[in-house]
Amino acid sequence: MSTLEPPVAVHLELSHRCPLKCPYCSNPLALEPAAGELDTATWCRVLDEAAEAGALQAHFSGGEPCVRKDLETLVEHATRAGLYTNLITSAVTLDRARLQRLQAAGLQHVQISFQDTHAEGADRVAGMPGAHARKLAIAREVVDLGLALTVNAVVQRHNIDRVDDFIDLALALKAGRIEVANVQYYGWALVNRAALIPTREQLVAMDAALRDRLPSLKGRIVVDYVVPDYYAQRPKACMGGWGQRFMNVSPSGKVLPCHAAETIPNMVFETVFDRPLGAIWQDGEAFRRYRGTAWMPEPCQGCERKEIDWGGCRCQALALAGDAGVADPVCALSDRHAEVIATAERDAARADVPFTYREYRNAAVP
Amino acid sequence: MIAETDTLRLAPGVMLRQDRTREQWTLLGPERVLVLDELALEVVRACVQGGGSVGTGIDRLAAEFQAPRAEIAGDVLELLQDMRERGFIAG
Repeated sequence: MSTLEPPVAVHLELSHRCPLKCPYCSNPLALEPAAGELDTATWCRVLDEAAEAGALQAHFSGGEPCVRKDLETLVEHATRAGLYTNLITSAVTLDRARLQRLQAAGLQHVQISFQDTHAEGADRVAGMPGAHARKLAIAREVVDLGLALTVNAVVQRHNIDRVDDFIDLALALKAGRIEVANVQYYGWALVNRAALIPTREQLVAMDAALRDRLPSLKGRIVVDYVVPDYYAQRPKACMGGWGQRFMNVSPSGKVLPCHAAETIPNMVFETVFDRPLGAIWQDGEAFRRYRGTAWMPEPCQGCERKEIDWGGCRCQALALAGDAGVADPVCALSDRHAEVIATAERDAARADVPFTYREYRNAAVP
Repeated sequence: MIAETDTLRLAPGVMLRQDRTREQWTLLGPERVLVLDELALEVVRACVQGGGSVGTGIDRLAAEFQAPRAEIAGDVLELLQDMRERGFIAG
């Protein structure tokens, strides 16, 4: 086996608390209460260990990272450790003064999620009146201060016909980047799949419109396009390969190969109190389990794309096939593929399924 | 296309950074990393951070590497164009 590369980035889920209730959230159903969150000193140590392990970027995420009063301290600490800092936020609790403090602490980039292109639809998905207007106002402040802005357009059945409008919105805001992020069905999104997943016809129309528009956007805005893989022929290379690029630290300090990995049964996750991040990356049991290609059964093992797709997503294999150690069933080569298509089409055909909002009162007991 | 008269800068949120772990230079941007080889690093220094136009940067590179200007200009413009399309430089 070739030498293990260091992690490129560490994803810090500072908190599961969030003022929004988006039903597409990929956080686990067992939300961590505030009392379980790591303290400032421990997060600072984690940031030092991430830089030491070779990570180049820190993503401050959640839940909503801005609920942490020590966010400025953590950004400053990350910057001093040499990490590039990204803030992945709903933005609704931010204001200009705090953005300025975060910028002074070294923050480089703010990614703001948008639930739709008009307030009524967006606020309904977010479960918070006035959220969309707040986001627009803060996005303008981000650009005005000279910070990089990404518009994260979260696409599902209720807004998939407005991807063009999302791009217009991002251009009008002068965002440097837009993520056209079709919902991935983990955590709360999996619970809400029948209320969110688009039909194949919707998806094909969106895909064609977006690909038509991409050439004219070159040099104006960077477009990252996350396809909804239920209708795909080949799976996504989830996380760029298990344990190959990213580490994720949960609010309570569990060190995970991806943010959904906790759904996989019989897997032991070390915490930041057990060993330094670099050591866990090197030979932690959870990181080694699906790293590389040795673990792969057929059809992955003999597949020419095995080092491109890396077998797809382990959490999706678990969710759809009941086994995290088999080919991602969205792959056409999987013997479960037909079931996935049938599930997607069945869920997409259901009308008027109410959202199960992501909130503590709907959360699972850990 | 980028012209020699253009003045470029790093895009908002982009920084040039030495990655000591991997012993390489990188441009770090919003959730992405561009690894620079020796030539790309010199192009960024001369044509983006050099304080002048792209053409002035090409003059400097030609002198520094004792290369025929006409031969390197096309490659440099192409490299810069690619970096702009990927959102690392602006202007």
